[in-house]
Amino acid sequence: MAPPDLRYTKDHEWVRVEGDTATIGVTDFAANQLGDVVFVDLPAVGKAVEQFATFGVVESVKAVSDLYAPLSGEVVAVNGDLGSKPELVNSDPFGDGWMIRVKVGDTTQVDELLDAAGYEKLTAEA
Amino acid sequence: MAYGPHTPADRQRMLAALRMDSVDDLFADIPVGLRSSPLRLDPPEPEQLLMRRLDGLAAKNRVDLASFLGAGAYRHFSPPLVDQILLRGEWYTAYTPYQPEVSQGTLQSIYEYESLLAELVGLDVVSASHYDGAAATAEAALMTCRATGRGRVLVSRAVHPHYREVLRTYFHGNGLHFEEIPLAAEGSVAGTTDLAELERRLGDAENPVAGVVLAQPNFYGLLEPMRDASDLVHAAGALFVAVVEPVSLAVLAPPGAYGADIAAGEGQALGIPPQYGGPYLGILACTEPLVRQIPGRLVGMTTDVDGRRAYVMTLQAREQHIRREKAASNICTNQTLLALAASVWLAALGPHGLRDVAALGAARAAELEAALASVGVARVHAGAYLNEFAVRVPNAPAVHRELLERGVLAGLVLAEAVPDEPALADALLVCATEMTTGDDVATFAREIGALLADAGAGAGGSAAAAPVGVTA
Repeated sequence: MAPPDLRYTKDHEWVRVEGDTATIGVTDFAANQLGDVVFVDLPAVGKAVEQFATFGVVESVKAVSDLYAPLSGEVVAVNGDLGSKPELVNSDPFGDGWMIRVKVGDTTQVDELLDAAGYEKLTAEA
Repeated sequence: MAYGPHTPADRQRMLAALRMDSVDDLFADIPVGLRSSPLRLDPPEPEQLLMRRLDGLAAKNRVDLASFLGAGAYRHFSPPLVDQILLRGEWYTAYTPYQPEVSQGTLQSIYEYESLLAELVGLDVVSASHYDGAAATAEAALMTCRATGRGRVLVSRAVHPHYREVLRTYFHGNGLHFEEIPLAAEGSVAGTTDLAELERRLGDAENPVAGVVLAQPNFYGLLEPMRDASDLVHAAGALFVAVVEPVSLAVLAPPGAYGADIAAGEGQALGIPPQYGGPYLGILACTEPLVRQIPGRLVGMTTDVDGRRAYVMTLQAREQHIRREKAASNICTNQTLLALAASVWLAALGPHGLRDVAALGAARAAELEAALASVGVARVHAGAYLNEFAVRVPNAPAVHRELLERGVLAGLVLAEAVPDEPALADALLVCATEMTTGDDVATFAREIGALLADAGAGAGGSAAAAPVGVTA
């Protein structure tokens, strides 16, 4: 189930915006589709990410997928736990499986994202 | 199961299903001017006549020469055991099956190759395998760009000119940039990479360097200060690529010992006969942090559901059948048979045998240096070498040609191999291995000494300094 307080991309990333900070990860739907995640390649702190452009790579035993940024901004934190425990993406995608935290430049970009109902509809069709 | 190419009847059935009259109709979208014209081939011949013709061509090979040619391909003794194993039908394909785990034997052989090479180069991960040393070196350079997110690679001019040529091709049109570091010109470091120039170029903060490529031994047979270069490279946040000759690693420090991040090299020296155009064997190895950047097959050892030892293709997500255009490379055929040859050769020799091979080559090369010096043919460079070095020979191309007539393959004419190095215009690159006999050395020294003496007498000057007036 997509938590109602988050916003979503069509590429199955979620974002939680608190003030000018956005926490980003992939949804449980994405985690299930990928299967067991074995590696997450994330940008370094200080790097700029751009809305809908790739910011990293998630690799499972059967696939590799690009990660797309829901919002533009500067990376202020990276989930270091994923280095040794990439399986957190599967076990807790909306919690401990978060990927990066970004300082957002333009919070109105959120308007271009799906809300929980819109995302549920998208995945129901998939 | 019928196993044959499409018969005319098969083709007709397929064309009928497509509602087409000829195979050419499939290419109707390609303008006629762009289509290839028919190949002009000789008519078919019966097999026995064809064999006779091929035997005639093979007879043109000169196997009688005392050879001092190395320059990236080296002759070593290969025990009959190696061929005996290679010719077994079970091995006779270069392909890794698409469900590789059903072929445990193939995977085990690749695992053995990777384990042996990892021990030789002193790095964590070895992939199997690449077309040749040049391709592996180019892939190594690309790895440094992917891993650092930078696009500038520095390559020593003491790296094999063919490898640099291939690098230039790999770096064409992809937004990446490669530049060459010149050779030090004078003193004991002449012929090795100019480290002051390397440091200067690494210092360009506007234009950070992804990777630096040096060869050990270098193209001129000289030993490079790899540890110093490695420290300079890492201080600039770049990655260090060592291009190595695997047999030398039995006596020289391995790349892992001087901090190289990636090792690349030509594996032909591991008991594969030198042959024009290959097939050869590209070696590529890296440290564990770079494992997702390395192209080629990786085989790991694990246990199956019943707890038995089993081999798997590992980290396949890097590869093109999963990652498509974002794969680590387009490598799809690995040189398994050649990797197997190298493994069998290494296993047959063992670590002590390999050290003997390297040490014997070095000893023969020292004899060669002394024998040539005694007839007035001196080394070009002063630095240390292992089993290959350049010698100053006036009018080198003509001398080389004349020596061929006298049964000596006098190494490589550097004026032809590196025409852009004027300091080496009158020089031959010569090498010795354990295959070089004392008689070979004596013949070479006698013949070149006689040639130079004749030329010197003809020109009325001293033998060593005068240009050689060899008749063509």
